[in-house]
Amino acid sequence: MVKIGRWIGAHLVLALGLLVLVYMYIPNIIVALMSFNDSTGAKNLYRFQAFTWTNWTHPCAPTGMCEAVSKSIEIGLIATIGATILGTFAAFGLVRHRFTGRSTMNIVLFLPMATPEIVMGSSLLALFVAAGLGGHLGFWTILAAHIMFCLSFVVVTVKARLAGMDSNMEKAAMDLYANEWQTFWRITFPLVFPGVLSAALLAFSLSFDDFIITNLNSGQTVTFPMYVWGAAQRGVPMQVNVIGTLMFLAALAAVMVGEVGARRRAKLIAAR
Amino acid sequence: MRVARTTDVATLTRRQRTGLWLIAPAAAWLLIFFVIPFYSLLATSLFDPNGSVLTGYKVTWHFANFGHAIAGYWPEIVRSFTYAGIATVLCLLLGYTLAYAIAFKAGRWKTLLLVMVIAPFFTSFLIRTLAWKLILGDDGWLVNTFKTLHLMPQGSRILATPVAVIAGLTYNFLPFMILPLYTSLEKMDPKLLEAAGDLYAKPAQAFFKVTWPLSIPGVVGGVLLTFIPATGDYINASLLGSPNERMVGNVIQSLFTTTGDYAQAGALSVVLLVIIVALVMLYVRRSGSEDLL
Amino acid sequence: MSQEASVTAASQKAVEQGRDLHLTGLSKRYPNGFQAVKSLDLVVPSGSFFALLGPSGCGKTTTLRMVAGLEVPTEGSITIGDVDITHEKPYRRPVNTVFQNYALFPHLTITENVEFGLKRKGIKDTTAQVKEMLELTELTGQAAKKPAQLSGGQQQRVALARALINRPELLLLDEPLGALDLKLRRTMQIELKRIQAEVGITFVHVTHDQEEAMTMADTVAVMNKGAIEQMGSPYQLYTNPMTTFVANFLGRSNLIKGKVVGREGFGADEIVKADMYGTTVSIKASRVHTTSKDGWIGIRPEKVIIQPQGTPIDAPGNHLSGAVVVGASYIGVSTEYTLEMPWGQELICFEQNTGRRGGLVKVGTNVDVSWRPEFAFLLDSAQDADAGREDD
Repeated sequence: MVKIGRWIGAHLVLALGLLVLVYMYIPNIIVALMSFNDSTGAKNLYRFQAFTWTNWTHPCAPTGMCEAVSKSIEIGLIATIGATILGTFAAFGLVRHRFTGRSTMNIVLFLPMATPEIVMGSSLLALFVAAGLGGHLGFWTILAAHIMFCLSFVVVTVKARLAGMDSNMEKAAMDLYANEWQTFWRITFPLVFPGVLSAALLAFSLSFDDFIITNLNSGQTVTFPMYVWGAAQRGVPMQVNVIGTLMFLAALAAVMVGEVGARRRAKLIAAR
Repeated sequence: MRVARTTDVATLTRRQRTGLWLIAPAAAWLLIFFVIPFYSLLATSLFDPNGSVLTGYKVTWHFANFGHAIAGYWPEIVRSFTYAGIATVLCLLLGYTLAYAIAFKAGRWKTLLLVMVIAPFFTSFLIRTLAWKLILGDDGWLVNTFKTLHLMPQGSRILATPVAVIAGLTYNFLPFMILPLYTSLEKMDPKLLEAAGDLYAKPAQAFFKVTWPLSIPGVVGGVLLTFIPATGDYINASLLGSPNERMVGNVIQSLFTTTGDYAQAGALSVVLLVIIVALVMLYVRRSGSEDLL
Repeated sequence: MSQEASVTAASQKAVEQGRDLHLTGLSKRYPNGFQAVKSLDLVVPSGSFFALLGPSGCGKTTTLRMVAGLEVPTEGSITIGDVDITHEKPYRRPVNTVFQNYALFPHLTITENVEFGLKRKGIKDTTAQVKEMLELTELTGQAAKKPAQLSGGQQQRVALARALINRPELLLLDEPLGALDLKLRRTMQIELKRIQAEVGITFVHVTHDQEEAMTMADTVAVMNKGAIEQMGSPYQLYTNPMTTFVANFLGRSNLIKGKVVGREGFGADEIVKADMYGTTVSIKASRVHTTSKDGWIGIRPEKVIIQPQGTPIDAPGNHLSGAVVVGASYIGVSTEYTLEMPWGQELICFEQNTGRRGGLVKVGTNVDVSWRPEFAFLLDSAQDADAGREDD
């Protein structure tokens, strides 16, 4: 005990920082715990009643939940692809080329990250209504909105990666007889890819998780966050926590696969 | 075989045009779905409030909408900025600690810790906020412990109070504060602190005279990315608060969906945006960092 | 495929035929108006080790990049033999570059880096050539590693191997030794010289380090503000500088104001007489680089001989008395004396510590100063006497 106390004293800042980190994880732990909660017949759904595996074995038991999840995944995938492609092109344009309007574009890209979602959602709704789509809100309007706010994050992420790349590398490749196309695919793309990948991951989670903007522009379509919101009034089924925990594990798995993959490749090359 | 151009002017224009082509799709998307909607919003706020989705709307330059919005909902407006402000300050305190710890004290664990900061993000924030509802529940472990320790009077609660809403806001927006702070702190050369020590500065002095000033760009970025979205949030107020804690976001949301009063909703949104922009301009000018990008 | 084949064929032909690099009227002007290179005319003989020497900003790197194809010239032409490559893309030129910070591909192994150029040319089996090149640059054990795992010196050799393996007509080196520490730099200088002699390819080496240029190159071109000040062998440049910039940039020089008072002799024996604050000194006509009456009389510090007043100087030369030693720095190999001359100027004298003097000349001693006339040179008085100085 004394040893820990001394360690904390010497590393006060680190200890405090780690405490903050723990604080950030408390809900995740609760969610994971609650996914094992047997909530049948419970009055207060915010108390742990009994342990059960049923939530995990019958994840799609609540009506409409799995449909909402697959709807969110569908939108998420398409929005990710769209935002990643558009955003990566834009990042290349902004970092590698000088043109009038560059700083304006930078500002316009930053704004969605700093605008309240309620305002963005409202404006989009206003646009759609004005365009006569008031009665056709749904999949496509949600998709358009998601690509919009994911764009900024993709551009910022890829820009950071690209700016850190030594431009001499592409010059070196051309010096070594690679034409523009070959240079891009063999040198530029592999080096920028990790940035593009993390941008895509970020975009997917932003899209999957979005509620405020989606809620205003969804019409009859129900995404997973919307399902949760609706269920929160009546009482959230514990399977929701299962989905939550699954998402968390999936994201962790994705990051780990990336790490392991990189290490395996290094080992293979060393063994050559 | 193409004949390459000699003159630099031609090369420059070619690079310029390529650049424009590359950003064109993204620019167009943002123009249609971000910039133009603001005009629509403005137009909506000037609607004749007697219209509806069914009968259609007419822009009647009904500036009275703004007056009604402010008169009717100024408590919510003030409350939103207050809650967001307090939450931002708390985020700054907590976030700066963690960002500092990761940037300077983490050594080889830096990347892992950064991943851990972002990881909770991947669970839907609605679910996580609901988890807080459980944690702060009236019969929950936390509340009972506080009552036993006499930190809370018997018969009181955390849920459905401003404390819960602000706690939720702080929790949800922490990553947005931490990442810009970390980026800014990471750029700092630790030798500067050594130099300060060499020049007789005690650790606290070194912090306030060297570290803090150099981290201002990160602080500005983090504060903006936290405060602005927080003012418009209504999830935390809905899930963790009572009708007494209603924020502007709740009002706008219900005006759009429940009441269907698009004119009021639009006007209120515009009012919110104007106040935010004004505050941001003031803040940015005062702290003097124009380049957030 | 055909362009790769033609590049290879061109390289082979060139190496056999020995084609020179010609820069004719080469200029580079940036859009903001800055003229980096001003109408350069240069011939680099095939198979030679050529150095472009100059301070930062003089245009040497820009010139190199234009030859590599990484910058587009505003005017002028670049030809190898009779082939004009001025507007060719970098990947179509029989030219390879060793970059200043190496620009190794971090995601590829050393082997993959080195064989990169060959693979782009369509050569399928590169094993033998890679092995040979790694042996030449002493990197045999590092083949499977990634650049980040190697030291600075090793990375530099990878960059060299990666370029050389393609047997280009011309190898361009952009300050490749700048990031290495002193000892390693010296080793690599000798290495590069050895490799160039062995391989026989034309090397064009850009550097700001005059010692490096003089050690390695057969021919040196000194550049300043976008133009060549003087070009020749290191010996020629050092012993007979034509401008104050070259005199100060290569080693150090004493520059003293003088007035031409007469000429004597004919042809190869012609000498020019100049008055230097009352003393008449003579300079060989071939070492006079000004046409006006006024000039800078130049003499290298190691050619200056001093003796305490009264002791005879055993070398026939210009004889000056009345100087005082105001500084004496013992550097081990030599001693650097600062002499205050009767007219107020301070001159530098390097004396090798042969031991004959038996100790240093003390500060404050009155000394006589002399030098052999064949070592003096005369430069244009309109030029800045401080141009090219180290502490500039």
